Amino acid sequence: MPSTEVTEEGGRPDDIVAVPVRRPGRWIAAAIVVVIAASLIRSVLTNPRFEWSVVGDYLFDHRILEGLVVTIELTVIAMAIGIVLGVVLAVMRLSANPLVAGASWLYIWFFRGTPVLVQLFFWYYIAALYPKLGLGIPFGPAFIHPNVNTLITAFRAAVLGLGLNEGAYMAEIVRAGMISVDEGQTDAAQSLGMSRLQTLRRIVLPQAMRVIIPPTGNETISMLKTTSLASVIAVTELLYSSEQIFAVNYKTIQLLIVASIWYIVCTSVLYVGQHYLERYYGRGASREVNARRGLRLGALASPRGGR
Amino acid sequence: MSAPMVSAEGVHKRFGRQEVLKGITLEIMPGEVMCLLGPSGSGKSTFLRCINHLEKINAGRLSVDGELVGYRQVGDKLHELRESEVARKRAEIGMVFQHFNLFPHMTALENVTCAPIHVRGLAREHARERARELLGRVGLADKLDSYPAQLSGGQQQRVAIARSLAMEPKLMLFDEPTSALDPELVGEVLAAMQQLARDGMTMIVVTHEIGFAREVADTVVFMDGGVVVESGPPSEVLVNPRHERTRTFLSKVL
Repeated sequence: MPSTEVTEEGGRPDDIVAVPVRRPGRWIAAAIVVVIAASLIRSVLTNPRFEWSVVGDYLFDHRILEGLVVTIELTVIAMAIGIVLGVVLAVMRLSANPLVAGASWLYIWFFRGTPVLVQLFFWYYIAALYPKLGLGIPFGPAFIHPNVNTLITAFRAAVLGLGLNEGAYMAEIVRAGMISVDEGQTDAAQSLGMSRLQTLRRIVLPQAMRVIIPPTGNETISMLKTTSLASVIAVTELLYSSEQIFAVNYKTIQLLIVASIWYIVCTSVLYVGQHYLERYYGRGASREVNARRGLRLGALASPRGGR
Repeated sequence: MSAPMVSAEGVHKRFGRQEVLKGITLEIMPGEVMCLLGPSGSGKSTFLRCINHLEKINAGRLSVDGELVGYRQVGDKLHELRESEVARKRAEIGMVFQHFNLFPHMTALENVTCAPIHVRGLAREHARERARELLGRVGLADKLDSYPAQLSGGQQQRVAIARSLAMEPKLMLFDEPTSALDPELVGEVLAAMQQLARDGMTMIVVTHEIGFAREVADTVVFMDGGVVVESGPPSEVLVNPRHERTRTFLSKVL
């Protein structure tokens, strides 16, 4: 760093000490916010109708916890289906084959164009349309004939509905990520003799991840809450479990608060996960030396790292 | 008398209605260094991209090491090559780009080992060993674990050269390798290329560095408007150009 030597030579001047500009507006705004927040908290805590003790009683009720597990299962499975489907649909959409690209477009158009609530009902009642499923050669003989009524349970209908719907949204997210990767990357990969699949897997997708992860975290958080829609088809997830309890004891508000607390706990956990994922896929994107591991505290001291 | 490494005969390339290459005919012998000069838009880079089939030619014949680029001739019919066959041929031709195009999510070492491992199927340890040696050769032995964003432009371009060399190419294509570099960083990249030329690599270099062309090139080709205006040893083309267009171009860049 030659620049430091230059300043040392001429004798470094003292740091500037100046009287800061007064900002009364800030203080007033802060005071207003504090007063509003305090009165809100006070009313929530002191209003006896909230019956916080009831909330406490049911927070760890085994029915609630079982519902929570189902909610998490639904979220994980539906997102897994959504992400895999999204990648496949995005690759199809960018395919040179117009039929393949068109099929993907049609899928996205359909599943984004209808409410997920309707889709859930649809999958729940699918047995009415297809009472028997045949697995075999298309237009030929079928080997297995599962009964759709027993095959599509409420839980599976919810997984299908949420997952297939999510796939359409994820497809657009993945596509945006893939388009964001510079074409020179594909040129370089191909000039090294990589096949199209290798280029996709080793070069394009890992870089697209940086663009894909933040909205996917968003989608996961959104999915966690959307699973509550499955209560309409009697999946005993978190909301439905609470509903079953307050249908008996009429403590409606308290049990909705119980459910909300668990939803917010789960989304908070997802925030943390997203942070670490973003950091992993952001490696190489910044000039900091240890972008991959460790905290970025050092960056505060020397913003350019150890170059 | 050996066969040419690259041979082009009346190569034409169109982008939509615009004809970018209007009949390029030239030959490069093994071990030769050819510099392509010319104003921007003259088709130099496009021609280079045609050689490893990143662009498809519309007419003419283009072959590398005696084999057609992108096609197989059966009788008097041309058959398009399958993607895997094209990829196999590309693996034998190294390419260095103006904007380096390093893989930003990989360290320098990973950039160099990626293709040998996944395309050639080299054992990881072996590939890393070779990558270390190659990066050492371009003067980057201490930057193995740096990500591209942590390297200067000149260092990035030298990693890119090492990345291409890791595939042990029989031909290297350089597409304006120093045009995106700060003037003070140009020298280190040219030095690496000069060393490569001395080692006997066949090279085609699109460049604006007349000094490099004069010192290193065996043949200088001046292109303009999609055609070869003149070609020959640097002592002729650069010192006593026969064509007016070459003369005006050289007077502007020198």
